[in-house]
Amino acid sequence: MAAASKILKHIAIIVALIVATGSSTDLPASREALRWTAVASAQAGEVRPTRIISLVPATTEMLFVMGAGHRIAGVSDYDRFPPEVAKLPKVGGLIDPNVERIISLKPDLVIVYDTQTDLKQQLDRARIPTFRYVHRGLPDITETMRMLGDRIGAKDAANAAAARIEAQLGAVKARVAGRPRPSTLLVFGRDAGALRHIDASGGYGFLHDVLELAGGTDVLGDLKQQSVDVSTEMILRRAPEAIIELHYGESLKTDRIEDERKVWNALPSVPAVKNNRVYLLRGDEFVVPGPRIVIAAERFAQTLHPEVFQR
Amino acid sequence: MTHAVAAHRPRVTVRVRLAWTIAVFGTIAFLACLLAPLAGSTPIHLSTVFDRSLPYADNIDAQIFWVARLPRVLAAALVGSSLALAGVVFQALLRNPLASPDTLGVSAGASLGAMIAITFNLDFSLFGVTAVPVASFIGSFGALGIVYGLSAARRRGTSTIVLLLGGVTVQALLSAVIAFVQYLADFTQTFRNVRWLMGSLDVASYPPLLAALIPMGTSWIGFATLPRVLDLISIGHESAAARGVDVDRFERVALVSASLATGAAVALAGPVSFVGLIVPHLVRLIVGADHRLVLPASALFGAAFLIGCDLVARTIIAPLELPVGIITAIIGGPVFLWLLLRKS
Repeated sequence: MAAASKILKHIAIIVALIVATGSSTDLPASREALRWTAVASAQAGEVRPTRIISLVPATTEMLFVMGAGHRIAGVSDYDRFPPEVAKLPKVGGLIDPNVERIISLKPDLVIVYDTQTDLKQQLDRARIPTFRYVHRGLPDITETMRMLGDRIGAKDAANAAAARIEAQLGAVKARVAGRPRPSTLLVFGRDAGALRHIDASGGYGFLHDVLELAGGTDVLGDLKQQSVDVSTEMILRRAPEAIIELHYGESLKTDRIEDERKVWNALPSVPAVKNNRVYLLRGDEFVVPGPRIVIAAERFAQTLHPEVFQR
Repeated sequence: MTHAVAAHRPRVTVRVRLAWTIAVFGTIAFLACLLAPLAGSTPIHLSTVFDRSLPYADNIDAQIFWVARLPRVLAAALVGSSLALAGVVFQALLRNPLASPDTLGVSAGASLGAMIAITFNLDFSLFGVTAVPVASFIGSFGALGIVYGLSAARRRGTSTIVLLLGGVTVQALLSAVIAFVQYLADFTQTFRNVRWLMGSLDVASYPPLLAALIPMGTSWIGFATLPRVLDLISIGHESAAARGVDVDRFERVALVSASLATGAAVALAGPVSFVGLIVPHLVRLIVGADHRLVLPASALFGAAFLIGCDLVARTIIAPLELPVGIITAIIGGPVFLWLLLRKS
């Protein structure tokens, strides 16, 4: 019985995670809600916020890019970038926001995840304005940026930054245009040293979008999930031409890269293995759907189409 | 003369019944092992699998069979039988029909080890087995130590209820530590922790199976000494002692064996729930309460049951797969409820 309730709890957490990281199903309702928040706040005639708390690493990076970094009063426990955030107060994360700490920092705007409904209610009661962050696919990054810029009174800077990102993404897309698009398995995580618990990109989400933009074809693109618990059987059958593994933070040490790549040799018939096209990429830009998405796109493109970037 | 015959007859009967039990349940388990690798999320052709003219490196069907399916079916067999055996022993030892491999916290200890390995990015390997299963097995040993301490206290006169309550407390305590470790984990690690806790048999290689066989084999030797003692213990501690059984010693053997089996199973596949709880009950319904029959029958049926559940898990929403722990709970839960209602 304990086991059953444990499983239920875990399913709840997974659902929360999936909702939070955003499946890119089009949710007009929440998109509308997001706009509504911005509109309502504007109508209330609120002053330009100067003490912003961002619980979302992606929006923290957006604020810095639009030149509002100095107005941030607090960030989430997961914020690592830009380096300036190290000095800012940390106020919890998606599942465990520290409401007391948030309120004690006297914010005049708190950026929350759309799923943090309890937190939003508490902040409403404390009459602290909120900006609800919903994330889905790649186009939503710049859209969110524009809305956020509008909300904090940095409309021009935000629009310019968003346009710049879109132009850079467009440039990546143009460079790989016309090249053969290798079917690619994009691995988010697996057990160290083994082909176990492999978690890979399905047909939704910003990383899927970035992969397709950077000249790859998601080998699991037909599966309408952001993240797929992929079996070795499916990998063998789908036979990807390239495999890109993402490693975040400190999860892969340099001297282990070659060993971890060799793990894939257990599946010798996979073209990516046969043709030595298994790539391990390290970097936090792959987890944060913010302005650094351009770097992620460039790295994918360089990985899949090195010949284009050599010229 | 008549006395001799009367004393002799039941022994012969048990032997015959044992032979029948092993034959029937063995056939089921054997057929499961043989047939399960033939089905999966994608079709394969046996003729291609065994086609010698095709080099192995290019033979997708052969690799699906030898890398993806066969180790997986064997893992299901090992894990299923270990959990079922541990369930039988815990239920007899604790004299509680609700006891299972999870009850005394060994399974939670193994989970904690795995959570630590995932959260702190441990990266090492031992005899071809990687960090997560090794840490998990070590975790189960930690829990076993606590349980063993409880059983030592029991020798000083604590009751079965105290052992049971103590075990449940250890389990709750370890679950709290698991929650704490998860709290320390970042986003992507939390996701992997949750996935691990759902159980997976896709081992994709043979070294983990061979490594798991060491503790599992040891536990089987322990189990082999237990059947008659378990019969007596499940009637009562005192009556077992009155018949000259060294209850303390056998209880220790039972505890250590069942914990080893549980730890190895969870390290290999994650916490697969319900197998250790319902397989012993199902088997008892068929062969009766005699542990000489229940133990081998549970081992064989547990293997077949988990192979079957895993087959459902990897085919029901093909090409995707469900974690096997979800299937065992979804199939096991209603079956167990039905059993409970039927009994009452």
